[in-house]
Amino acid sequence: MRIQCPHCGERGSEEFLFRGAADPQRPAADASAEAWSDYVHLRDNPVGPYNELWQHQHGCRRWLVVNRDTTTHEIFSVIDAANRERVA
Amino acid sequence: MSYSFLRIAREALRGGTGWSRAWRDPAPKPQYDAIVVGGGGHGLATGYYLAKEHGLTNVAVLERGWIGSGNAGRNTTIIRSNYLLPGNEPFYEHSMKLWEGLEQDLNFNTMVSQRGVLNLFHSDAARDAAARRGNAMRLNGVDAELLDAAQVRAMVPQLEFASTRFPIKGGLLQKRGGTARHDAVVWGYARAADRRGVDIIQNCEVTGIRVEGGRVLGVETTRGFIGSAKVGLACAGHSSVVAAMAGLRLPIESHVLQAFVSEAIKPMIDTVVTFGAGHFYISQSDKGSLVFGGDIDGYNSYAQRGNMPLVEDVAEACVALLPQSSRLRMLRSWGGVMDMSMDGSPIIDRTPIDGLYLNAGWCYGGFKATPASGWCFAHTIARNEAHALNAAMRLDRFASGAVIDEKGAGAQPNLH
Repeated sequence: MRIQCPHCGERGSEEFLFRGAADPQRPAADASAEAWSDYVHLRDNPVGPYNELWQHQHGCRRWLVVNRDTTTHEIFSVIDAANRERVA
Repeated sequence: MSYSFLRIAREALRGGTGWSRAWRDPAPKPQYDAIVVGGGGHGLATGYYLAKEHGLTNVAVLERGWIGSGNAGRNTTIIRSNYLLPGNEPFYEHSMKLWEGLEQDLNFNTMVSQRGVLNLFHSDAARDAAARRGNAMRLNGVDAELLDAAQVRAMVPQLEFASTRFPIKGGLLQKRGGTARHDAVVWGYARAADRRGVDIIQNCEVTGIRVEGGRVLGVETTRGFIGSAKVGLACAGHSSVVAAMAGLRLPIESHVLQAFVSEAIKPMIDTVVTFGAGHFYISQSDKGSLVFGGDIDGYNSYAQRGNMPLVEDVAEACVALLPQSSRLRMLRSWGGVMDMSMDGSPIIDRTPIDGLYLNAGWCYGGFKATPASGWCFAHTIARNEAHALNAAMRLDRFASGAVIDEKGAGAQPNLH
């Protein structure tokens, strides 16, 4: 699997650190314990396209949001996490 | 038809013309007392123990593909009960005891081989951890022996003892551990469940779960609606997908785990050895192939195949532990989809929906648990309450904080 880093170009996936689901939103500090538990532990875990966080650990060290198919490993988009419009 | 030596002798004389199929191929009935979704080892064992232990015989086990097509045919066949925590260890020991009597119970040769499982350690700190785990096992009445380096050398002399980076300081041995024939386990459970009246329905994919007023009514399938007031999900890597049909989100992520076999060689390793300095385990099959595996690939995956970086990683660990393996050719590799839970331990529990039960979160350790998983899940479904053995394996433990955290690393995604 190869990932097109927006800063460094196409690189092997072993240069990257995988950090899981990119869509869960951190609850407010005073949110319920249930909301916090859901945020930390529950995942959609879909078959198909999935927004994930990958860090280009052995490259530019930027955090990226990669939209990848979890069955075919086809990558549809890669953007720098800082440039991402947050999903509501 | 019972299998026995006499039967084999008789069929040999009749040219094998008297054998019948091992289990029926029934059409689904419109209504069952209980449905198990997933015809892997855990689902089939659940069907078997529902009939055997609880007298429920109007039961269907639904399988999307064919029996043995999923993780049941994709594991490294290791059985053991060398766990640390009270929430896990009695459960896995119950599984080991069921393994020990499984062939007689199922009337099927599952080739259970108690050749021992040896966990190596390579540092003083790892020795302390192994001693602690061994003591926890013995407190639960499970066999465990702490070996020093000389004892390991006497037992498995072909390992790399000259390594200065990862010297072998000893190992924790469970002699009753070993291997079992993975396909025979599902075939044996399917046949034994079928003989007690359970319908094994292959090529029947569940496409929806019908829920009304917080109660489950049955499942929609590619072969029509099948009704039941009790539905148990044992879908391994696809647990999240099936649970989502009932509106549930699970504390699970699906990852691919690869396994490998080498070309067949003469007997070289007569036990199961795990490397303590990397994630690697190896044994030898009866055909002569070395069977080995390592870590998960490390990103969400529903593909039943892995990628090259992990192949390299596993091969490096293999050569580090067994230098002579560098001259072997790798024959095959395959991947299975693992239901990785947030604390590394499984879930066997009711769900917030009445009549819907969940068996999931086996991470990379589901095979050894097959008998006890089915046994406990059958109890949970039949009695609508957990058995003491799976009482800690709750779905809500991540919210309550009562996690079963073998590694002591904290429950979180990206744990593995």
